Amino acid sequence: MATRKIPARLAVRKTLKMYSGGAFIRSESGRVLPLSAGKGEPVVNVPEASRKDLRNAVVAARKAQTGWAGRTAFNQSQILYRAAEMLEGRRESFIARLAATGGRKADETARREVDLAIDVLVGYAGWPDKIGQVFGGTNPVAAPFFNITSPEALGVVGIVAPATPPLLGLVASIAPVIAGGNTCVVLLPAEASLIGLELGEVLATSDLPGGVVNLLSAPQAGTLAHLAGHADVDGLLATAITAEDHREIETLGAETLKRIVVLPEAPGMDQAPADIVSPYRMLSFLEMKTAWHPIGV
Amino acid sequence: MATNESSTLRTPRRLLFGDLWTYAPAPESRDIVRLQPRYGHFIDGAFTEGGETMQTINPATEEVLAEVAVGTSEDVDRAVKAARRALDGPWGRMSGAERGKFLYRIARLIQEHARELAVLESLDGGKPIRESRDIDIPLAAAHFFYYAGWADKLGYAVPGAQVGPVGVAGQIIPWNFPLLMAAWKLAPALACGNTLVLKPAENTPLTAMRLAELILEADLPPGVVNIVNGAGATGSALVEHPGVNKIAFTGSTAVGRHIQRAIAGSGKKLTLELGGKGANIIFEDAPIDQAVEGIVAGIFFNQGHVCCAGSRLLVQESIHDEVMEKLRWRMQSLRVGDPLDKNTDVGAINSREQLERIQTLVASGVEAGGQLYQCPGDLPEKGFFFRPSVFTGLAQSARVAQEEIFGPVLTVLTFRTPEEAIERANNTPYGLSAGVWSDKGSRLFMVAGAMRAGVVWGNTFNRFDPTSPFGGYKESGFGREGGRHGLLPYLEVR
Amino acid sequence: MSGIESVRPSPTVDRVATDARAAAFTTRSIKKEAKRSGLELVISMMDLTTLEGADTPGRVRELCAKAKQPMVQAPCPPVAAVCVYPTLVPVARQELSGTGIQVAAVATYFPSGQATLQERLDEVRRAVEAGADEIDMVISRGAYLRGDLGFVYDEIASTREACGEAHLKVILETGELQTYDRVRRASDIAIAAGAHFIKTSTGKVSPAATMPVTLVMLEAIRDHYLRTGEKIGMKPAGGIRTAKQALHYLVMVKETLGDAWLTPDLFRFGASSLLNDVLMQLEKLRTGHYQSARYFSLG
Repeated sequence: MATRKIPARLAVRKTLKMYSGGAFIRSESGRVLPLSAGKGEPVVNVPEASRKDLRNAVVAARKAQTGWAGRTAFNQSQILYRAAEMLEGRRESFIARLAATGGRKADETARREVDLAIDVLVGYAGWPDKIGQVFGGTNPVAAPFFNITSPEALGVVGIVAPATPPLLGLVASIAPVIAGGNTCVVLLPAEASLIGLELGEVLATSDLPGGVVNLLSAPQAGTLAHLAGHADVDGLLATAITAEDHREIETLGAETLKRIVVLPEAPGMDQAPADIVSPYRMLSFLEMKTAWHPIGV
Repeated sequence: MATNESSTLRTPRRLLFGDLWTYAPAPESRDIVRLQPRYGHFIDGAFTEGGETMQTINPATEEVLAEVAVGTSEDVDRAVKAARRALDGPWGRMSGAERGKFLYRIARLIQEHARELAVLESLDGGKPIRESRDIDIPLAAAHFFYYAGWADKLGYAVPGAQVGPVGVAGQIIPWNFPLLMAAWKLAPALACGNTLVLKPAENTPLTAMRLAELILEADLPPGVVNIVNGAGATGSALVEHPGVNKIAFTGSTAVGRHIQRAIAGSGKKLTLELGGKGANIIFEDAPIDQAVEGIVAGIFFNQGHVCCAGSRLLVQESIHDEVMEKLRWRMQSLRVGDPLDKNTDVGAINSREQLERIQTLVASGVEAGGQLYQCPGDLPEKGFFFRPSVFTGLAQSARVAQEEIFGPVLTVLTFRTPEEAIERANNTPYGLSAGVWSDKGSRLFMVAGAMRAGVVWGNTFNRFDPTSPFGGYKESGFGREGGRHGLLPYLEVR
Repeated sequence: MSGIESVRPSPTVDRVATDARAAAFTTRSIKKEAKRSGLELVISMMDLTTLEGADTPGRVRELCAKAKQPMVQAPCPPVAAVCVYPTLVPVARQELSGTGIQVAAVATYFPSGQATLQERLDEVRRAVEAGADEIDMVISRGAYLRGDLGFVYDEIASTREACGEAHLKVILETGELQTYDRVRRASDIAIAAGAHFIKTSTGKVSPAATMPVTLVMLEAIRDHYLRTGEKIGMKPAGGIRTAKQALHYLVMVKETLGDAWLTPDLFRFGASSLLNDVLMQLEKLRTGHYQSARYFSLG
């Protein structure tokens, strides 16, 4: 039996926590899922999100929503751009984490994914103060009224992030939702949890108000159904889920007429940021409000 | 010489809406309408007999107008296949500009037959001829006219994206604005290059069948527009047909929910325009007399059979008594009766079933302790009529204040501050419409911004325009009809 | 509180919604018997008017004859009043004595009102002394527009006093006030200051009477009635030229104030060319044939 070498200095390992309501929390259930962080890396115990964690996250998201939507578009843009800056600042650490779980060419792929994720964030950072101009507008009604249509946030959106690519898939899910003034509760599949919770640390230091993004890792069985059936969730965005889950969330979501988008696949690593950043993704989680105002002295 | 007010204040005064000078009956002639004894379906550019039938009646007289076929799943299947062939055939290959010219033709044909369509609409649905003549039919034509112009400009509607049609659309419409709803569904779908199968409401199929004749006259290629008559089962067959790419439904929230469930996991696109319980908010600085008109337009227009009706009146406490007094006087000059009389303001309730639902809900309001005020005057002996009604003294939790009644029944609630008004207005699972009355532009825009509703009318109510997007928040559905936004549900965006 | 301070705050008025409501009255269908009785009512509510620099006693006598017997073809009610300049009141008085037709005089330096209050009140007294039953005064729009509403209130109250037994119609000249909010405020002031009637226009300024402006004034009358029980009259003047227009006004009065206002005591049309159009429509109803102006005297 080989003797293990005791290092001169013992590394301090990080306990990964979920990010909910602006706080870093353990699962209320106390359960964790041990996940490999790659060859030679210590196993990470990721919190397993329970129904109660989900419930609390939705409460936090609802509480934060009006305030977030009420920020000026300029401020929302600044915060999204700040998130990109923070991600850029932790670029090497994300690349290392992604590469550790990859195989051959892991380093190159990881680098590409982090770059794309940052650029997608930057891309969406430019949208909050333009979406209304591009997709809203005045309507020339045949009566003496000023008639204007403007996009407004839908509310609270439940997100099922794809397992892979973990960082890009998550950023591409969250960014269009929050850029529109929504808040979200994200279920991170176990495989994407390590990276996802790391992103929580980025978001927490980006001036994003607590509760705007809530990240729940390795959800226990049944959590998805509870998200889809939650009456205080207004929309769902799910990527790369099974046909069975697809049918289930649309069936449950119908109870409160949720806006539901199911994407067959996550963004590809061969795509350019411009192919991923789309205002049409934002539109799925915006309501169009039309207001009439009389014109007369 | 100023009047000495203190001596006369609060003495009851009466406005006399009597018969010193009465309007003679002014019935619109129904000669212009040629009814067929039996209507089938319109499939693949031809009228079919259909099998089993149901009856469509005139709700103002209970007279049977015609027998109408009930579409089977085979009928639906033939219609969907015809639509698919048309999509893969000439219609799919046609340029947007040419498609647009077909829509312009249809718009013109509706205008040319406006009077006939208006009479037919009032006969079949019970709405006053004034409204079908001045609102439904002109707006239906205007919708075709508006979307005709979009057909060759779709690239400008979706900046930065490539677009194409969704495919075959299944469209199910309600009985409250039969032809107008058909226009809302058909015009954008066709402008975007889709083909479609339309199912009119079982109570009001006649104008859609007349529209089919006009579509034939316009030489639209066979199969582009198919109309299958029938009730719920026919609708289900259409929703569940695997050849349909998109469902557009206007109707109740319960049915909308059922449809969303039915197509879960199928990948079909869906837009729903559902129920509502619109708040009409009157602030104390409002132009009171105009606001009273807005209350009337909000709840008594089309007998209250309006999904975006202003059925919950929220009045600031300081002006509650004045508004109520004026509303009662105003209601006395409403003329309820024969829908074909050009001076009728409120026509017939669309069906016996709907009348009974209204009666049940009103009874529940009385039972809950609400004070009920109803328009005076005689109602016709035959037919389905209901007096325009107003409830005061009820809590927000009362059934009539919560549920969509879809009839001429208003519930009055009060508020003290703008914050309370907003909170009360939004305290509903619905979110289709709201009205705000104030003299202050900044207040109108602030409150409009705070409404969780798709359409907010400032100092007006129940106004529609083809260029103005319409649709709900929350359980009032999703997707927009009208305007540039009305194109999106019928486009595949790449 | 006295004078202008005693006038209650006026409600706000939304122009677009008022225009829409007024337009809705024009879609009423008035046919057959309703049309016939409506048109006779219109005649009985008419203030047949001549207000020209070229007016002469002969011209006024002609008008009075028309007022007494509007047409020869068939029986027809007389009009409500003949409206002339003060200097011609004696002529009209003489012609109309014993007919029940009122003599109305425009006074207070009609149409501009640009004179001192004393001069204007003196003119009112002279017109009343000369036999005028009704005085149509103009308010000082200059004072109104510069914000001196107290002056307007006081001049109306003084004119009312100067009228004695004569009835006072207060012309707001709504075309110069322009906004409906001002029309409403001016109506409330005039009513509070003692007007028997409020009237839209002199006929010398465009636009004169319109349906929405009249509606705003009818609403002021309604609010005053519901609060006090006192019935104030309404007179749209200028711009009403056709029988159809006049019937639209009747519909508006009926549906805003109720049947009690469908009387010459409370509603008048200030018009000159309207009468013959109404007569031609009545004759069409009676004979079934469309009419020609050549068969109707000018008056």
